[in-house]
Amino acid sequence: MSPSLVIEDLLKDFGPVPALDGRMVRVLHGISLTAHAGTVTTLLGSNGAGKSTTLGCAQGLLKTNGGSVRLLGEDPFGASPALRSRVGVMLQDGGLPPSLRPIPLLEHVASMYERPADINSLIERLGINEFSTTSIRRLSGGQKQRVALAAALAGNPEVIFLDEPSAGLDPQSRQVVFDLIGELREAGLCIVLTTHLMEDAQRLSDYVYIIDDGRNVAQGTVAELTAHAANESPAQAVTFSATAAMALPVLPEHLQLIESKPGHYRFDGVRSAADLAALTGWWSSEGILPNSLTMQPRTLEDVFLEIADKGNHAN
Amino acid sequence: MRTSTQRPPAPSNAQGTIKRIMLQGRYETLGMLSNGEQLIVAAVLPMLALIGLVLTDLLSDVADSAVNAATPGVLALCVVSTAFTGQGIATGFDRRYGVLRFLSTTPLGRTGLIYGKVIAVLTVLFLQVVVIGGLAAFMGWRPAPAGIPAAIVLLILGATAFTALGLLVAGTVRPEATLAITNLAWVLLAATGGILFPSTRAPDYLQPFVDLLPSAALGDSLRAALISGTTSVSGILILLAWTIIAGFAATRWFKWN
Repeated sequence: MSPSLVIEDLLKDFGPVPALDGRMVRVLHGISLTAHAGTVTTLLGSNGAGKSTTLGCAQGLLKTNGGSVRLLGEDPFGASPALRSRVGVMLQDGGLPPSLRPIPLLEHVASMYERPADINSLIERLGINEFSTTSIRRLSGGQKQRVALAAALAGNPEVIFLDEPSAGLDPQSRQVVFDLIGELREAGLCIVLTTHLMEDAQRLSDYVYIIDDGRNVAQGTVAELTAHAANESPAQAVTFSATAAMALPVLPEHLQLIESKPGHYRFDGVRSAADLAALTGWWSSEGILPNSLTMQPRTLEDVFLEIADKGNHAN
Repeated sequence: MRTSTQRPPAPSNAQGTIKRIMLQGRYETLGMLSNGEQLIVAAVLPMLALIGLVLTDLLSDVADSAVNAATPGVLALCVVSTAFTGQGIATGFDRRYGVLRFLSTTPLGRTGLIYGKVIAVLTVLFLQVVVIGGLAAFMGWRPAPAGIPAAIVLLILGATAFTALGLLVAGTVRPEATLAITNLAWVLLAATGGILFPSTRAPDYLQPFVDLLPSAALGDSLRAALISGTTSVSGILILLAWTIIAGFAATRWFKWN
């Protein structure tokens, strides 16, 4: 089956910026990504990395400055109502009129579609009944998020874009939203979401694109990204803290030492008992007993920090 | 010719588009009518203007009765209230809150959003004409019958021109600035821009500029139509020109984000 969304070498400029003598600023430098039906594809990156801009181009809200975007086989910019009726959008800032109450809004949004979803079951599922008599202006951030998600699903879409879906959610609503995303995935929707939270990306995603400064910097399944290589056992990270000054160790090449803050160290890529023995041997020779010591599989956060670290060294 | 097939006709795309635009028009109309500040600008202030102009003697030289002299200008004021000030402010804040972006991702799209606004403006304007016209008639207003078709054309054309101008402001500056600009313009145009008072009242050196304003074209032409039953071709042409220029500028510079 052909992918639901294909983005190739996407370029996007903003401006003209008065502070830069009216020059344009390039914010996307060739983003590429592919998203399939029945999967959750995540754009992971820090604030300002270009995630929302990429989504804006994919949703047809922004005109691109180069590269190509194909959403369900069409160019989303200036798309036909027929294409828009197959796509649901949840914007980062909600996009909800503050003076309205949630249910009249959802009914109006649903009326724009030929085959809308069952609004009542969405309302019940997302717990919108609890605050249905309150105008959107007075809702909490998490309540607004739930209404925005329901609005994105009102048209019974095939592709759904969720920009920071878990922002502002309390743990309970987060679980509700995550379960719903899982069900939509099972139902065969193509789900494209952005987040700056590693934990969310790790829990939800089938495939992750890490984006930094408008560029793809890494991509893969969570398992692929957190392992060094597919044919090796999952790498572990050892973190420890020590007060004594240490001479630099002579260790196997694949063990990288990162000093995350003064006195706190992390080794990535610990894959075998021999690797661990090399570490303890180094401590022994230096006469160091760590104050604390943990060992855990690499998380997306580790991958992300490594990439950010490399980026900083490059600058 | 009917065919013998039993299949009901599938709704065509055009039908779907029209249905969505009508639904959006209803939604926007209800939004305008449920907003207290907008109702004050749309109904209360024009009514006060009408009563004030009838009770005072400010327009005694314009027509044979004060109410006949005042009502066309108050109808022009209704156009500016709804199409420019009310609609501009609402659009400015919808833009701030991302409502325009969100609705433009639904099958309604950007074009549907704009047509929905035009329908809402025309619907509210119709209600204003009924209310103001009714109040004026109660006070003795007798419009020239020959000028009524021209007045209807002028009201619609004026609404289109001022909607385009309202969208241009709302789509290019912050909503707070839209609020200030459209309210200030409402006051200035009402008093000195040829809306409530004939543009001939302006000082001589300002006359050529005032005559080219869409407000003067609308106010003076409505007075010509409803007081003496004459159709002002120049007024219609000036309003058309403003519609085209503002429509083009709004299309070019309106920022959705």
